[in-house]
Amino acid sequence: MTLDAVILQVLAGLATGGIYASLALALVMIYHATHLVNFAQGEMAMFTTYIAWSLINAGMPYWPAFLLTVGIAFILGMFIERIVIRPVENAPVLGVVVVFIGLLVILNSVAGWIYTYTIKSFPSPFPRQPILGIHYISAHELGAIGVTLAVLALLYGFFRFTPLGLAMRAAAQNPESSRLVGIRVGWMLALGWGLAAAVGAVAGMMVAPVVYLDPNMMSGILLYAFAAALLGGIDSPGGAVLGGFAVGVLENLLGAFVIGNELKLAVALVLIVGVLLVKPSGLFGRVYVTRV
Amino acid sequence: MLLEVSGLHAAYGATRVIHGIGFAMEEKSITALLGANGAGKTTTLRALCGMVKTEGQIRFRGERIDGRSTEDIARLGIAHVPDGRGTFLNLTAEENLRLGAYTRRDRAAVEADLERVFGYFPQLRARRAQQAGTLSGGEQQMLAVSRALMLAPKLMLLDEPSFGLAPLLVRELFAILRAINERERVGMLLVEQNAAMALDLADRAYLIETGRVVLSGTAADIKRDDAVRRAYLGY
Amino acid sequence: MRGRILFLGVLIVVACALPFLVSSYRTFQLTLVLVYAIALLGLNILTGYNGQISLGHGAFYALGAYCAAILIDKAGAPYWAVVPAAGGVCLVAGFLFGLPALRLEGLYLALATFALGVAMPQLLKYHHLEKWTGGVQGIVIAKPEAPFGIPLEADRWLYFFTLAVTLIMFVLGWNLLRGRIGRALVAIRDQHTASEAMGIHNALYKSLAFGVSAMFTGVAGALGALAVQFVAPDSFGVFLSIVFLVGIVVGGLASISGALYGALFIQFIPNIADEISKAAPWAIFGVFMIGFVYLMPTGVAGAIRLLLTRRRAQ
Repeated sequence: MTLDAVILQVLAGLATGGIYASLALALVMIYHATHLVNFAQGEMAMFTTYIAWSLINAGMPYWPAFLLTVGIAFILGMFIERIVIRPVENAPVLGVVVVFIGLLVILNSVAGWIYTYTIKSFPSPFPRQPILGIHYISAHELGAIGVTLAVLALLYGFFRFTPLGLAMRAAAQNPESSRLVGIRVGWMLALGWGLAAAVGAVAGMMVAPVVYLDPNMMSGILLYAFAAALLGGIDSPGGAVLGGFAVGVLENLLGAFVIGNELKLAVALVLIVGVLLVKPSGLFGRVYVTRV
Repeated sequence: MLLEVSGLHAAYGATRVIHGIGFAMEEKSITALLGANGAGKTTTLRALCGMVKTEGQIRFRGERIDGRSTEDIARLGIAHVPDGRGTFLNLTAEENLRLGAYTRRDRAAVEADLERVFGYFPQLRARRAQQAGTLSGGEQQMLAVSRALMLAPKLMLLDEPSFGLAPLLVRELFAILRAINERERVGMLLVEQNAAMALDLADRAYLIETGRVVLSGTAADIKRDDAVRRAYLGY
Repeated sequence: MRGRILFLGVLIVVACALPFLVSSYRTFQLTLVLVYAIALLGLNILTGYNGQISLGHGAFYALGAYCAAILIDKAGAPYWAVVPAAGGVCLVAGFLFGLPALRLEGLYLALATFALGVAMPQLLKYHHLEKWTGGVQGIVIAKPEAPFGIPLEADRWLYFFTLAVTLIMFVLGWNLLRGRIGRALVAIRDQHTASEAMGIHNALYKSLAFGVSAMFTGVAGALGALAVQFVAPDSFGVFLSIVFLVGIVVGGLASISGALYGALFIQFIPNIADEISKAAPWAIFGVFMIGFVYLMPTGVAGAIRLLLTRRRAQ
C-alpha cells in the first residue's frame, strides 16, 4: 500500500463521506425536532432527485433545476409532515417507525412506477477534468464536498443567527414555553421537515452522478448516514457531518486495503457499533443524565 | 376591563380541577390568587392561556379568548411566566429574551426593551451570553420575568415567582415587579403561596379553595380577614 | 377462560381443516403464515415485551434457515432434526449478540441490530464461506415427504408439521410470558431502574430475551427454508427484518395472538396490494401499513381486546 494510494482512498472517502454527511444532517434535523429517525429520508432524497432529472431532461439548465428541486423538496417535506406525520404525533414510537417505513415503501414504489427501475445517468455540474491539477480527486467529488460544506454553513447561519432558526431550536427543546411566547410549534416541525427534505435533495443530486439514478439508490446510503449520525451523536449537526466524513473514509480504506469490497459494509458497521459500545452517546453527543 | 373570567371550569383528562371560577381585573392592576397547594391556582393560569381544556368565558379587553390556541393568546399580549419558569435551558440568556419578543416586528423597540430589561435586572446583562441552564435560581426567575416583559404584554401571569428564592431575593424581586407595573403600565395576575408578599403587592385578591373562589376583595380587606390571617399569613 | 379454550379448540380444528379446503399453493402460503407467526412471536418477546428494538431479526431468521439447509445438504440430517438444531444455534447466537447490545439503548440498539441485518447477506455471500453456504447461488433442498406412508402430499404434510411446531412454540411462549419471566421482561421495559432495585437481574434477562427471541426466529427460519426449499443470501436482506417489525406493530406489540395477525398481514396484504395495483403494489402495501397505524394504534390484537372489553361492559 503506497502513500499515494492511501491519499487517493482518503479523498474518495471524503467525497462519499460528504454525501453521507448531508443525509445524516437531514436525519439529525428531524431527530432534533421530534426525537425520531426518519427512515424515509433516503427515499425522499431519491424521489426529489428524480424530479431534478425530469427538470433537466425537460431542458432546464442545471443550477436553476437544482434550486427549483431544493424548493420543491422543501414543500414536499412540509407537506409530508402535515399530512402523514401529524396524525401520529402522539402515537407510540414503533407505530411512527412503521409509518416512516410505509412512507419509504410508497415513495420507492411510486418512483419505480413513474420512472421505471432502469438505471438512469444523472449529470454533474462540475467539469470532467480534474481541476487545479489535482489528480487524486475528480472535480465532481471536490464539488460535492464543497456543496456539503456550503449547506452546512448555511444551516449553521440559519439556526444560529436568524429569529426563525432560534424559534425552531426553541420549539424542539421546550414546546410548551415556545407556545407561551407565541411560536407556532406545529409549523416549526413542518419547517424542520421541509429543511431536512431540502438538504436530502442536495445529497441525492450530489450522489446520483456517482451511483446513477434508480429507485433503490439511497438504501445503502441511508444506512451509512444513519451510522454517521449516530457516530457523531444523533443530536449534534456538526457531529453528523464529521461522522459522515469519518464513515466515508473508513469505508473506503477498509474496502481498499483490509477486507476487500465484499464485506466493507458489514465491517464498517461493526466498527461503528464497536465505537458506540465504548462511547454510547456518540463522539459529539451530549450525555443526558436522567433523574429517577 | 383587562380580564373578565366567569364560570371557568377546567380538567386534566377526566379529573376536574377548577369548578366555576370567576373574577375580573382592571387595566394595569395587580391581582393576587391565593390558596393552598392544589387549590387550582396554577390550573387557572394555564386555563387562561389555553393550556388545558376549559369551559366558561374568558374575556381579554372585551374579546373572547377561551378556546383559542396558546400561541394566539400569547400574540394578543398575555405573557405567562409558568410554574417552573419555562426557561430554555440550552439557549443563552439573551436568546431566551429574544424569544420573548419573537412575535414582535418592531425591531428598534425590541432593542430598546432589551436595554430596559437589563435596567431592571442588571445581573442579566453580565450573563447575557451564558447558557440559561447555568444561571442560579434567582437569575433564572429574573430571566423568566424578563422574557415575559419582552413580549410587551398587556397582562402578565406570574406563577409563584417567589418559589425557591431566598427571602431577601423575594423582596427584591417583588420591588422590581412593582416598579415594572408602575412604569410599563402592565397588568399582573399573581399566583402565590407567600400570601403576605402577594397582598403587599396586589390591589385585589381572590382566595381559592378546591377549585372555587371562596373570598374576594381589595388586598387590604383580605389582609384584615381573620380566617386568611390564621390560615395564610400566620399571625 | 372456558370461552378462550373453546375458541382455541375451534381455531385448531379450523387450522387442521384448512389445507383440505384450499389448493396446495394456498397451503404453502398458510405454512408461511405459521412460519412468520413464530418469527413474530420471537421478535415480540424482545421488542414488545422487553422493549429492545431490533431492526435485524432477519439475520436470525437467515441463520436458522442456513443451519437447516446446510445440515440437510452437507450432513444429510433429517428435516425434523434440523428445526431444533437451528433453534439451538440461534439461541446461542442471540444470547452472545445480546451481551454487547446490553450497553446500547433505543436508537443505538436499533443501529446495531440494523448492522447485523445488513451484514448477514454479505456474510452469506462471503467467498471463504462459499463451500458451506453455496455463495450467491444458495442451497436447494428437497421437499420432505410424509412419513409412514401417510397419504398426504408434501405441501400438506409440511403444513401439518409446521402447525405442530407452531403449537409447541406458542405454548412455550405463552408459558414463558405469562409467568415470572414475562413479568420481569415487562418490568425491565417499563421501569428499568426500579426493576433492578427489585432484584431483577436486568442484564441477564435482557440477554436471555435476546437469545430466546433469536431461538424462535431461528426455528421459523428453518421451517421457512423447508417450505421454500431454497435459501439464498438475497432473500434475507434488511427488508425482511423491517417487514418483521411491521408485522409485530400491526399485529399488536406485547401480545401473543398479535403474532398471528401480523403474520397474516405480512403474508397476504402484499398479495392484496398486488391485485389492487399491478403498477405500484408496494405503494398500496405502504398505504395499508400507515392506515393500520392510524386506525389501530395498538395493533389488531389491541383493537380486538378493546372491542371485547367494550362488549363485555355493555
